[in-house]
Amino acid sequence: MYSGAMEQKHKIHPYKFSLWLGIASILMMFAGLTSAVIVKRNQANWISYDIPQFFWWSSLAIIISSITLVLAAKAFTHRQMKQYRNLMAVTCVLGTAFLVLQSLGFYNMWQQGLTISSTSSVAFLYVLAGMHALHALGGLVALIVLYAKSYSRKQKMYSVLPIQLISLYWHFVGILWIYLLVFLIMIR
Amino acid sequence: MSSVASLHESELQHAGHDAQHEHHQQSFLTKYIFSQDHKTIAKQFLITGIIWAIVGALFSVLFRLQLGFPESSFPILEDILGKWAPGGKISPDFYYALVTMHGTILVFFVLTAGLSGTFANFLIPLQIGARDMASPFLNMLSYWFFFIGSIIMATSLFIQTGPASGGWTIYPPLSALSDAALGSVRGMDLWIISMAFFIISQLMGGLNYVSTVLNLRTKGMTMTRMPLTVWSLFFTAILGILSFPVLLSCVVLLFCDRNLGTSFYLSDIIIAGKVLPHEGGSPILFQHLFWFLGHPEVYIVVLPAMGLASEVISVNARKPIFGYVAMISSMLAIVALSLIVWAHHMFVSGMNPFLGAGFILFTLLIAVPSAIKVFNWLTTLWRGNIRFTPAMLFAIGFVSMFISGGLTGIFLGNAALDIQLHDTYFNIAHFHLVMGVAAFFSMFAGLYQWFPKMFGRFMNNTLGYIHFWITMVGAYLIFWPMHYSGLAGMPRRYYDYSNWESFKQFGGMNKFISIVVIIVFITQLMFVFNFFYSIWKGRKVREANPWDATTLEWTTPIRPGHGNWPGELPEVHRWPYDYSKDGKEFISQITPVGEEETGPHH
Ligand code: HEM
Ligand SMILES: [Cu+2]
Repeated sequence: MYSGAMEQKHKIHPYKFSLWLGIASILMMFAGLTSAVIVKRNQANWISYDIPQFFWWSSLAIIISSITLVLAAKAFTHRQMKQYRNLMAVTCVLGTAFLVLQSLGFYNMWQQGLTISSTSSVAFLYVLAGMHALHALGGLVALIVLYAKSYSRKQKMYSVLPIQLISLYWHFVGILWIYLLVFLIMIR
Repeated sequence: MSSVASLHESELQHAGHDAQHEHHQQSFLTKYIFSQDHKTIAKQFLITGIIWAIVGALFSVLFRLQLGFPESSFPILEDILGKWAPGGKISPDFYYALVTMHGTILVFFVLTAGLSGTFANFLIPLQIGARDMASPFLNMLSYWFFFIGSIIMATSLFIQTGPASGGWTIYPPLSALSDAALGSVRGMDLWIISMAFFIISQLMGGLNYVSTVLNLRTKGMTMTRMPLTVWSLFFTAILGILSFPVLLSCVVLLFCDRNLGTSFYLSDIIIAGKVLPHEGGSPILFQHLFWFLGHPEVYIVVLPAMGLASEVISVNARKPIFGYVAMISSMLAIVALSLIVWAHHMFVSGMNPFLGAGFILFTLLIAVPSAIKVFNWLTTLWRGNIRFTPAMLFAIGFVSMFISGGLTGIFLGNAALDIQLHDTYFNIAHFHLVMGVAAFFSMFAGLYQWFPKMFGRFMNNTLGYIHFWITMVGAYLIFWPMHYSGLAGMPRRYYDYSNWESFKQFGGMNKFISIVVIIVFITQLMFVFNFFYSIWKGRKVREANPWDATTLEWTTPIRPGHGNWPGELPEVHRWPYDYSKDGKEFISQITPVGEEETGPHH
């Protein structure tokens, strides 16, 4: 039937490989943006600002969500479905909390008069965190869909592939945010 | 982990199984519109690309009318274009829109999406022995994102203030301020949105190509047994994955500058006596971000062209390609170097000369792998038993164009010369020969060569020869003279040169070029006719392997269904270039190595 499958057993699954490549390209996008910040930083009239506390809390949320997701994946491979569902629910809540806290962070800055059009240093934060939030939103939607599917009666879920793919992506989004935060703190 | 692996296996088996049965129960919609068959998606890219190519080329005819006949007016233009050509003369605003759209359409929509989209989709699975792409669904999305991007760009042609008009390189501040040009009012926003869709489409396609090549090769198809077409499309995809996201960053910032009041690229600007509030930005930053993609982009265009030419030349010279490994390593070198030379487009931006020296060095280094490739093509042709099919002629034409245009690259790569030549017609001549015409030639070569596999019929040969000779001669007649006006300092992107005493001498030449452009354009329409006519009325292909080629696509049925091979996937025993070996015309990749066969065995 599919004679290629024999050889493919030992290789990484094509979808997973594609996701790694996708991650590489997202990284290039942020590399482009962060190097733009570095170029700008070295020019005149760079104005420093304080990063609102909300971004610390959001970081905490996304780190914990990664941990719960690891546990959820573990529960899934051991077919402890009840535990899996609970952990997925917690992960989705934490993911949502991350996005809410990011928005609060933006709101807080905006209230201080640090709007996107105020100065380039601040505008970069909006763009970096904003583009990151879009990627996180995509991941969150995927998480919620996967969670909802675990209640579906129609299809039984046996494949570990979806949870593995989403875990990979979500951990990446988390690590990316931590990198961006450290970068912003150092450069601001 | 073993449970994981077996799950994968069953999934893949399932996919293969589906592929076998799908064509029995397909509606028109799933077969031709939302198809997930890589061959159909290839044709969708191709036909969308052809439509864009006609539009892009037509635009060049229009602006050449202005350049060739700046004093004349053509009343018919007013009938067609309305306010864009008052009194039958193209308006300056529209002229810039035409030039911008010509570049955008041809570089991105035709020579990137049209070229890679067509041949990567068509050839990769067929030539590595796969039933389809790693993710047929993602592949379908890739086309539809390109389609949406196309629709948005096409819409921008019809809005009140016209499409973007700041050049295909969309430099700010021109592109960032809506007061700066008509095209910057709304056309530029549509350009950015359209390009965002296009970039996502390219990324989805590229991910698929790379992952397919690495994961779905059939038994025996090691990396070093892949045809050079596959290698080139593989490198192209990697380069795209690494550089297109940076263009996205670049245009996102531009979008913010335009619509959210940021000042990433803008500073100290006064328009009509009014000081703008933008402060502290840098247009040079834009140039860095843009060219970080922009330069790799030119190789994203030319690498597939190189791969197609290599394959067509080897098949039709009935000789193994000379220096197979050197061909691959020089492509690798080109990919690596192309990521670190972007600033050679910015020699006049006031960069530090020491920095410039570094970029000169790397830029000129690209000439080395390029020369190796040229040498190998010529050596493959040398004493070959050449079959001058239209495909072969176009492949040879590609080599000729690549040499002529590449030589001027060496002039431009020297900052000292480039300061004189930058943004002149010399530059236009350089990149049209080396990239524009060369890549088109390879695309034609590929189409004539693989048309029988795509549609089960041949294209008309006589029309093919006419197409080749007029295009070949025409392309040189159009672009060769531009070297001279460029050396004399004639700048690009001007609406009318007839007021300069020093450029008056080129008036006749400009007229001549414009006339040739019209002739060449009509010849391309003839090609398009040949293409569509042959789909339905061409001579039928009666044998599975009409060109006596070694590669796997010719081991499929004449009109392969979804899944490509009706039975088992073929097993590969040798490299793809066993031509004229041991007294045999050619030995297919699926033929096992014989007992008495002479080495080397690849
Ligand atoms: C020997 C190798 C090459 C060298 C040294 C070289 C060098 C250069 C330089 C220095 C420029 C900038 C000129 C200026 O703006 O003043 C340039 C422009 C350009 N080159 Fe090349 N080039 C080479 C090969 C190629 C190839 C293979 C392609 C495409 C496949 C290509 C496509 C272009 C394009 C599209 C532009 C113009 C972009 C624009 O300003 O609109 N070049 N080249
Ligand atoms: Cu370049």
